[in-house]
Amino acid sequence: MASREDIKFLSNPNIGKSQKKYCRFRKYGIRHIDYKEPDFLLQFVNQQGKLLPRRITGNSLKYQKKVAIAVKRARHLAMLPYVTDLLK
Amino acid sequence: MKQYEVTFIIDPVLPSDEINAAAKAYLDLLTNEQCEIVHVDEMGLRQLAYPINKRNSGVYQSIEFKTPSGEVIPMLELSLRRDERIMRFLTVKLDRYGVQYNEDKRNGKIGKKKTKDEEKAKQGQKSYVPQDDLTILEGVDKKTAKLLKTAGVTSYGELAEKSIDDVREILSKGGSTYEGINPESWSQQAALAAEGDWSGLNRLKDNILGNTSSEEE
Repeated sequence: MASREDIKFLSNPNIGKSQKKYCRFRKYGIRHIDYKEPDFLLQFVNQQGKLLPRRITGNSLKYQKKVAIAVKRARHLAMLPYVTDLLK
Repeated sequence: MKQYEVTFIIDPVLPSDEINAAAKAYLDLLTNEQCEIVHVDEMGLRQLAYPINKRNSGVYQSIEFKTPSGEVIPMLELSLRRDERIMRFLTVKLDRYGVQYNEDKRNGKIGKKKTKDEEKAKQGQKSYVPQDDLTILEGVDKKTAKLLKTAGVTSYGELAEKSIDDVREILSKGGSTYEGINPESWSQQAALAAEGDWSGLNRLKDNILGNTSSEEE
C-alpha cells in the first residue's frame, strides 16, 4: 500500500459539518398535509409512533402544528397506531 | 360554500351489499340536504393500525362535499354515531389548500414519483425510441455514444454507413480520452443492430470480447 489515490483524508471530512435542516413543506411548497396518507406521516413519528420534535424533523412551527394535527387524525382513523413498538 | 370531508370505517364483517348500502345511505342523506357531492373516495378494505371493536380491518370510505350551511354536519354525525355498521368516523373542514390538494390528487398531480416515472416512460416512447441506444454496441460507452450523437450519428443505420476512418475522425475530435478506442467492429455491429438481428449481434460481441481478452493475455 504505497499510495492509493482514493484515500485522500485520514478521517471523514464530513464529520462535524452538520447539514442545515430545513422545512420540507416550505422548501417544496406543500401547503396541505393529508391525514389519509399514513406512509407520508410515518416520517414524522418515531418507532413508538410518537411525534418527533421539531428539532429533529426541521419543520417550521406552522407546518409542525399541521403535521401534529394530521398524525392525530390518522390515529383516530386507525391509520397510525396510538402506541406501539417497532413501527417502521 | 364550505367544503367538508367525512371519512368513515364500515364494519368489514357485513355482507358486501350491506357495506355498499351503508355507504350509499350517507350519500343520499347528504344529497337530500342540498349538499353538492364533490368526490367519493372508496379506499376499500384496509388493515387497522389497532383493533377497533375486536376487528382488525375495516372498509374505508371518504366523501367530499360542499354545503351551503354547516347545519347538516351535526345531523350527519349523529346518524353516523347511531349506526352500528360504522366503526369510526371523522369530519373535517377543508381549507383552500385542502381543496386544492384533493383536486390535484384526483388529477394525479400528487404522488410525484409515480407520475414522473410515467411521464418519463411516455416521453421515452415519443423521443427515445427513434434514437437508437448506441451503448449496446461493444466498445461504445455512454460518453462515446454522446460524442457520436453530437456528431450526428444517432441511429444504427447511420453508424453502419460510416467508414472506420470517419468514426476515427469523430473520436479524435472528441479529445485524447477517445484515442484508445478501437472502432473497427462498430459499423459491422451497427449493421446487425439496424437489421434487428440481436442474436447475431450478441454472437459478434462475444467474438470481439473473446478476441480482446485473448490479446490481453
